[in-house]
Amino acid sequence: MKKEWLIYAGILLISLILFFLVPKPISFSPMVSYIIIGLIALVIVFIFVRTIKGRLVDRRTIFVFVGLAVVLPFFMTVKQPIKLSPEVRILFDAVQDLKPGAKVLVSFDYDPPSAPELQPMAEAFFYYCFKRDLKVIIMGLWPQGPQQAELAIQRTRQIPEIAAKNIQYGVDYINLGFQSGNEFVIQRMGGSFKSMFPNDFYGTPYDSLPLADGVTNFSNIEFSFNLSSGYPGTVEWVQVAVDRYGVRLGSGSTAVQAPQVYPYLDSGQLKGLLGGLNGAAEFEKVVGLGGVDGQPGFKQITGILGKGTKFMVSQSAAHVIVLAFIIIGNAAFFLGDRRRKDKNNDKDSDAKKTDASD
Amino acid sequence: MGAFLTLGIISFLYGDNPWYKLCEALFVGSSAGYWFITLFWDNIYGKFYLGVADDKMLMVGAILGFLMLMRLSSKIGWISRWPLAFVVGAIAGFYLINYFSSNVMYQVYATIKPLFSISYGQPVMSAPFGKIVSNIIIAAGTFTGLIYFFFSKEHKGAFGKGAQIGIWVIMITFGASFGYTVMSRMSLLISRMDFIFGDWLGLIK
Repeated sequence: MKKEWLIYAGILLISLILFFLVPKPISFSPMVSYIIIGLIALVIVFIFVRTIKGRLVDRRTIFVFVGLAVVLPFFMTVKQPIKLSPEVRILFDAVQDLKPGAKVLVSFDYDPPSAPELQPMAEAFFYYCFKRDLKVIIMGLWPQGPQQAELAIQRTRQIPEIAAKNIQYGVDYINLGFQSGNEFVIQRMGGSFKSMFPNDFYGTPYDSLPLADGVTNFSNIEFSFNLSSGYPGTVEWVQVAVDRYGVRLGSGSTAVQAPQVYPYLDSGQLKGLLGGLNGAAEFEKVVGLGGVDGQPGFKQITGILGKGTKFMVSQSAAHVIVLAFIIIGNAAFFLGDRRRKDKNNDKDSDAKKTDASD
Repeated sequence: MGAFLTLGIISFLYGDNPWYKLCEALFVGSSAGYWFITLFWDNIYGKFYLGVADDKMLMVGAILGFLMLMRLSSKIGWISRWPLAFVVGAIAGFYLINYFSSNVMYQVYATIKPLFSISYGQPVMSAPFGKIVSNIIIAAGTFTGLIYFFFSKEHKGAFGKGAQIGIWVIMITFGASFGYTVMSRMSLLISRMDFIFGDWLGLIK
């Protein structure tokens, strides 16, 4: 108990020092960044050698390294090149082919825990839709989805390029809100949107919304985009909206769900897929907000840094650390196994010697 | 408050402690409350109290929902089987069609494709080298994966070798899924660290 209170006091002290005493913001020069990376690599090699010698590390050491790999890149000036994958290119092409004024249905099927991966996708998608004068209809099969959409819209509207367009609610976009019923909501929407969303997110009747005028069902929608983190999500949209009603659907999925929806991409049921933070960073790049490879960056255009791109260096660093510790762990496992076998063999031979001498 | 709760949850990495327990209890309680309120206003108030006036069919759902509550009584608990049977039957029927169409027919169609050409009717070897390799991996992976799940014949000889390759394919698939899961969990951690060091402490440029 005493130890716990010491740790609490330590965390509080570090937080206070960081809050009041450390000059803000912190930014390492490229030289300092590379020295830090080199030092971390050396320590990992040291841990590897120690492990081979049979001295195992505490699991908390791994947590510390993962934490460092995640946090330190925030302060570094190191940039990571982002390559465009075919699935992101397909989505971009599908949206690019839409004519100005085309109606796009965006379903927000996630809640705040999945926001780190899906919110950057939502912001980049809205940015591109508004930039191309597409009309956006928002809905959600998860209760917090429409609220996440509102946050994304707010952030997108701060972008000077979009602010200059004076985007109007009801005309350029509407938020129909949440409806419970999972895939049955999609099924009913195939007949009538109004039956599932008689009022929008703010309580305005469906018929009073100018953008909803003439939008009866999926046949009046040119493209759909689903941001999904589980059930209901992309799988249900594919099964009902795509396969029953012929909707053209793109998906932004959390990395956990991405392997589950990849088969729909190969079969042509999905028109593009953004998988996890990497997918978000790629989409930010392709819509011109990535800030890498000499392009004007999100921050330069918008005054806001695209989070997908911003987080990718931390993501990659964390992956390298996880890989390094998988190798170290396997080395410890196999060498430990060999040592155990050697020990057993030694014991057996000692026992035989004793028997022979008797 | 956000920083206090985030640090409290992360403190579990060191070991179980009262700070973590407090944050966990707050999370579970607020989540349960949020869901209860959401479903109350959406279903009981929105669909039952207000909605029934416009759509009488919703009354059927309300009655079935009420019958489900009979489960609370030991004497008439059996009545709750009726709405349960309706839900199971309706969802089974709905899923049967959806899954068969989307996850079987479309996927089989997408898997059976020419190995060495872009599409049917095109000359052999017209596909790029990478695509040919990809097609062969998909065909061989699907075939050997199916062999592994075929239990009517003993996994011996050539059949056993096929099953062995199948299990490797399945393991690689699990590995890819695990990699994506790590990526997803890291994204959550990155976002929380961004909040702590950026939004709260203001250290990030």
